[in-house]
Amino acid sequence: MINFGLDILGLARFQFGMTTVFHFFFVPFSIGLAFVVAVMETMYAIKGDQDYKKMAQFWGKMFLYSFAVGVVTGIIQEFQFGMNWSYYSRFMGDIFGAPLAIEALAAFFMESTFIGMWMFTWDRFNKWVHVLFIWLVMFGSSLSALWILAANSFMQNPVGYIINKQTGHVQMTSFGDIVGNPQLWNEFPHVIFGSFVTAAFVVAGCAAWRLLKKDHVPFYRKSLQVVLVIGLIFSLGSIASGDTQTRYLINNQPMKVAAMEGLYKNSTQKGEWTAVAGFNTKQHKTTWSVDIPYVLNLLSYHKLSGTVTGMNQVNKELHAKYDKKYGKDINYYVPTKTLFWSFRIMSGAAALFALIAIVGLIMNRKKSQAILNQRWFLYIMGICLWLPFIVNTAGWFITEFGRYPWVVYGLLTIADAVSPNVSVASLLTSNIIYFLMFAGMGLVMVVLCHRTLKAGPDADNVEGYTSTTANDQAIDPYSKGAFNHD
Amino acid sequence: MTSLQLLWFILINVLFSGFFFLEGFDFGVGMLIKSFARNSAERDVVIKTIGPHWDGNEVWLITAGGAMFASFPMWYATLFSGFYLVLFLILAALIFRGVSFEFRANMETKRWKTFWEWAGTLGSGCAAFLFGMLFTAMIKGMPIDKNGDMTAHFTDYVNLFSIVGGVAVTVLCLVHGLNFIRLKTSGSLRDRARAWNKVLYPVLFAGEVVFALLLFFSTDFFTKKPLSTTLIVAFLVVVTALAYWGVLGNHEWLSFIGSGLSLISVVVLIFNGLFPRVMVANNPAYSLLIKNSSNSPYTLHLMTILTFTILPIVLVYFIWSYWVFYKRLASPKQQA
Ligand code: HDD
Ligand code: HEM
Ligand code: HEM
Repeated sequence: MINFGLDILGLARFQFGMTTVFHFFFVPFSIGLAFVVAVMETMYAIKGDQDYKKMAQFWGKMFLYSFAVGVVTGIIQEFQFGMNWSYYSRFMGDIFGAPLAIEALAAFFMESTFIGMWMFTWDRFNKWVHVLFIWLVMFGSSLSALWILAANSFMQNPVGYIINKQTGHVQMTSFGDIVGNPQLWNEFPHVIFGSFVTAAFVVAGCAAWRLLKKDHVPFYRKSLQVVLVIGLIFSLGSIASGDTQTRYLINNQPMKVAAMEGLYKNSTQKGEWTAVAGFNTKQHKTTWSVDIPYVLNLLSYHKLSGTVTGMNQVNKELHAKYDKKYGKDINYYVPTKTLFWSFRIMSGAAALFALIAIVGLIMNRKKSQAILNQRWFLYIMGICLWLPFIVNTAGWFITEFGRYPWVVYGLLTIADAVSPNVSVASLLTSNIIYFLMFAGMGLVMVVLCHRTLKAGPDADNVEGYTSTTANDQAIDPYSKGAFNHD
Repeated sequence: MTSLQLLWFILINVLFSGFFFLEGFDFGVGMLIKSFARNSAERDVVIKTIGPHWDGNEVWLITAGGAMFASFPMWYATLFSGFYLVLFLILAALIFRGVSFEFRANMETKRWKTFWEWAGTLGSGCAAFLFGMLFTAMIKGMPIDKNGDMTAHFTDYVNLFSIVGGVAVTVLCLVHGLNFIRLKTSGSLRDRARAWNKVLYPVLFAGEVVFALLLFFSTDFFTKKPLSTTLIVAFLVVVTALAYWGVLGNHEWLSFIGSGLSLISVVVLIFNGLFPRVMVANNPAYSLLIKNSSNSPYTLHLMTILTFTILPIVLVYFIWSYWVFYKRLASPKQQA
């Protein structure tokens, strides 16, 4: 069904999937860490407690690594549309170009400028001005998410356009509609909350591993306190926004929801919710399943009655609607297993995150030593460091595989979007090299974070924070004290 | 052609000019990491001259690409898919150099530090060379069909003209980088940068002359627009000469502005020659024109309003950030 063969289309799709997923490992981590660091530095500015400053600088190092990789992989994203999806670019240019250009103008300049300011001016500005820099970085990266998601939302739910009769391309009629797209305002909070969750639990996981080694206990416990509060708030937030998203999709992309819930047949009034199941995707059948009554209706409509349309019926409706334009042979079933399991991973993880945050906060109370003694809990938290990345990817799998067979929902199929003039050899080469580069960069990232953790919060050999003025000795990054300006 | 289309053609030109002016010295400084700086401490200083800025400078490229997509999607689609391999290599180069600064600073062993130094040096050099090659090949005329799809063969973009173009841009970036280092450092690095430029400028002159000759034989620039093309080429030579004079006479700002203007005049030369086309096809009937590759008037209008509200604000803090870091860095020896 999903064709990842060795042809232009298969390779271009594989490349898009690989590069965006890789980009999106770092994006939510950076957005989230910018927020976490900003909170820490703000607490320093308010309380004047040096520990918080140390915290902001320490976790800020990881933010800088992540940001560097996020930036370089982002450039691939932007170029990729023209390189691999030239028909898509021509078709969508009138709509897609605008948010992309505004993203660069309004968001990327802000991020990149103020990240430079933040990195290099710890000793040069008043602490309130300095804290403003990191908030501006955070604000800039959220803006960039907003604009790119505006483009993505149009692909999920086209609004504010007409089809130009001469060219057959989409043409913008209302920018207001594109920015006001309900899909966007469901997607954006969910992505941002997900980013905060990501950073919170990665930091919590790192802290957990250090606490297992009894290293810098007060420092890591204090860090843990901050990120667990953030983690709790925003894991609840992502559950709430995920819930709104699901209910929004029931009307807008019923095929996606049916696949997420593994429903081939329409559900009955009893609202059986399938917890786990096996599928025969060729015959469009559920082979076995564990069902719980009423839960589906609770999830979908927040009440006990109602039915959810199954894939078989949606398929019929889509054929009735689109066959004139796209022909009878087109397949409207989306990759059911992927969506079904991705959804379970995502919502399961959200519940787990909330639980970890609550238990963690209880154990980490000031007077209690529970967090140090309950080593099993620290192990769980440490392992969960990797979970947010999987969860984010699962979420995008739902979003992107769920709009199969279209790139732009109802308007342009994936097969029509690809560049016809790029050779298989070029694509294969670039796929392999990208893959190797990503693997290398990912590895270096992990090693760097590891080493930063091992060096601990008192390490002072970090170049990024030294000042650039000629009159202090900080130019030499090897000199002791280059880092401490307090 | 509407006035909005013309405006956007000019704006893309401006964005690419800004990109080459700024990223030009970034590339130059990057290339110098391994050759010019002699030890690790010197490399720290050299990299630090661009440390707070390189990412912001690269955003000019991202903006130029985004703006091209937002105003001339047919151009964006044809150019980017047609030059697939060149752009892929540019991306790989940009990735390597982009992460190299952060990664190098955090490496513990000498061998890995050296690895990332080479990544920064070669990444910068390759990116500059490939950009030069791409733009030269683009103006020469490419096999584009009636759908706007370009299917170029290796020799279409790798030939004498495009290689000379690539080398010329690389050397330009190199002297621009050296001029930037002269502005941003003091002591031995500053002196050495001047000494290097004394040697490199004659090479650059030779390159420019060869480039102008090949431009005459390989493109229709001199036949279609003899006056403006000649004027811009003359301007290029004059600003290069001024910059050289600035090197000899130790006028640092003059050299820096001069080499920046050289880069800008190359961009303007290309855009001027393209006009009223955006892509030159071997078969003139299939060349993409400004008038038929743009977005709808609605989108262009919208983008114009947004750009002219946002860009001034951006420029304010962008320039402010340069001002904040406007301090010379000492060469390592002086501190000892
Ligand atoms: C750590 C991150 C994270 C967490 C904890 C969750 N999600 Fe999520 N989810 C994402 C991160 C994410 C994401 C990667 O950011 C996506 C991809 C596109 C989007 O809008 O957000 C996403 C997409 C996404 C979609 C598809 C939207 C579409 O196609 O338009 C749905 C229906 C949900 N989520 C639902 C949920 C529910 C019900 C959750 C909890 C119970 C949940 N998500 C937790
Ligand atoms: C604005 C943002 C995005 C746009 C415009 C976009 C657009 C696209 C396009 C054009 C394709 C190829 C066509 C296709 O195969 O369906 C695609 C596929 C894909 N995208 Fe997205 N995408 C965006 C964000 C993301 C993100 C952030 C992720 C994940 C982290 C993601 C995950 C995927 C995956 C996994 C595929 C492969 C699915 C497939 O081949 O069918 N996307 N997307
Ligand atoms: C496929 C569509 C996408 C494109 C074309 C794209 C483009 C880019 C580019 C060019 C950069 C580098 C910016 C710089 O140099 O400062 C970048 C980084 C970034 N992008 Fe993406 N991006 C895409 C998907 C996404 C999505 C879906 C999000 C968020 C939801 C996102 C959020 C960010 C953020 C926050 C950064 C800053 C770097 C970082 O924090 O790691 N991008 N992107």
